[in-house]
This record gives sequence, structure tokens and C-alpha cells, in this order.
Amino acid sequence: MRHLIRAALVGIVALGVGTVACQSQEPAKKAVKDDKDRKMAPDFELKDASGKIVKLSDFRGKVVLLDFWATWCGPCAIEIPWFVDFQRRFKDRGFEVLGISMDDDGWKAISPYITEKKINYRIVLGDDKTGDQYGGVEALPTTFVIDREGRIASAHVGLTGRKDFEDAIEKLLEAPVGKAADSRPVGHGGAGERADGTGTQGRPHPHGQGD
Amino acid sequence: MAPVLKVDPIPMVKATKGGTATVVVKASLPSGYHANTNKPTEAYLIPMTLKWADGPLAMDSVEYPKGALEKYAFSDKPLSVVTGQFSITTKFKVTGSGGAGPAAQNGTLRYQACDNKACYPPKNIPVSFTVNVE
Repeated sequence: MRHLIRAALVGIVALGVGTVACQSQEPAKKAVKDDKDRKMAPDFELKDASGKIVKLSDFRGKVVLLDFWATWCGPCAIEIPWFVDFQRRFKDRGFEVLGISMDDDGWKAISPYITEKKINYRIVLGDDKTGDQYGGVEALPTTFVIDREGRIASAHVGLTGRKDFEDAIEKLLEAPVGKAADSRPVGHGGAGERADGTGTQGRPHPHGQGD
Repeated sequence: MAPVLKVDPIPMVKATKGGTATVVVKASLPSGYHANTNKPTEAYLIPMTLKWADGPLAMDSVEYPKGALEKYAFSDKPLSVVTGQFSITTKFKVTGSGGAGPAAQNGTLRYQACDNKACYPPKNIPVSFTVNVE
């Protein structure tokens, strides 16, 4: 009988160790997709509050956090202060946040919100076409972290953990700069300007600084 | 996928010119979703509204569901929301414009829904019923 109990206990312990071993072998959630799995982020031309055209390709060479949001979206309001912080902390390392507002009411709704939330990054007014380009964005927030080559490295639908974004951004900022970073297009004053489309965040040549 | 608010068919309403009529719109949201009530607790939220176009009936008042205060991961304060099945009651005055007999009364229900992690654009859905003015 003792042998049976001992055998059973050994079995249970072995099973437990096996389970723990299996758990420890599970791959950790990746902050960003592998290079080979990244697809180009669709380019777009959208207007900021001053009517200036902003293209995603203006940001080539930078890591971009592209946030589809709206003023009526509660989960977006949680993430926006994080993005303000990211913009402040990472901008000098070649990072930009670009917000695409999906508000039907346009700037009438967006402009006061930008002031209230002290948004320090570029905001443009989105449309259904842009949403469709990104797979039919309907749930807000939907956020893409884009690498320096303009490829989607991670995508997040709904409220996401702050650390998930931070890990993705850090990973992409640490990655070696590829060819695209050295052949950045010029023009349209996209990256580096503030939400209201006026400032340049102290960078006179938004695309000309080494990242 | 955005949640689809389902509105039950509204039975035909019999009304007398010069009188009043009450119509209850019964609607439901899929499990896991909520919509703001007509009086959201935060200014940035889009309220639920039911508007009726001119027809044989003229809208007098609308009574929205009171809803419940629910706490969500994305809000510090509880939000005033409806979930599952709910009703909106409209009181009409019977103008009888268009004469006697059956006619359509059309309206629009506007709502904005979220789940625990994401929100969906506001939607307008048509609501209508037949009213027979005697």
C-alpha cells in the first residue's frame, strides 16, 4: 500500500514538474512581430487642424504609434495620456505619435479635446477610407506600432496595456536603422509638428535629424 | 465587430384624432456590450436618442430607460448605461395629418455602444410603425 501511495505521489509531483516545465517553455508574448512577418502600413493623406496634409510616409525613418481614436471613446481617453508621455520621452530617439480622429463632428469636437488633454502630438481627421485601409477599423481605440521602415510591427484593438506599447516602442527604437531610415522622403511638415499643426517641437527639420 | 442593437417590430397603433398615443420601442444589445443612456455621466459620451419625424403623430415626450451605473476598466467613475433588453416609451399627440387610415410613423434611434475594452462609432437605426388614425 505504501508503495502505491509513494508511486502516486511521485506521479503527481512529476506531473506538476512537467506542467511547470511546459509552462516555462511557452514563448513569451512578443512585443513586436518578427521582421519577416511585418507588412507595410498603408500610406494616407489626411488633414490636420490647420488644413495641412499629413502623410504617413512623411514619418518614414521614425518609429510611429498610429492611434485611431475618437473624443467619445472612453478607452481612448485612458491611452491618450500614455501617448502624450511617450511622445515626450521618446521623440528625440526618432519616435512620433500620430492620432487619427474618427469623430464625425470633426475639429469642432477634436480641437477642445486636444487642448483639454494637452495632446502634444500630431492629430489628423480620419475617414472611413483610412479605416478600411487598415482592415476596417471600427473598434476604438485601434493602435498600430510602425517600425522605421514603415511596416506594422504590432497592432492592438481596444484598450491595451501601457507596457505593451512601451515594450514595442523600445524594441523598435533599439533595432538597427535600416535603409529606409536613410532615404526618408522630404516634405509636408508631417513628423515633429504638434497636434494643432503649428509647432515643430524644436526640430526645424523634422526629417533631417539623425535618429 | 460592432454590436447591432436589435429593435423589436412595433405593433400597429390605433389612434383617434385629437387624442394621445403611447408607443413602446423594445430594443436589445448583445451580451457583453453596453450603450450610453440618454443622460450619460460624462460629457464626452454620446447619449441615446430617439427622434420621430413628422407624421400622423406628433411627439410629446420620450421616456428613456434609466439604465444602471456600471464600472468599466476604461473609466474611473461608473457610467450610466443600458445593457441587454430595454424599452423607450414615447407619448404622442394625434394630429392626424395626412387624414384618416393607416400611415407610417418613422423615427431614428441613435446610440453609441462599447464593450469592456473598446467603443464603436455611433449608429442611427430606423424605427417605424404603422398608425391607424380614426
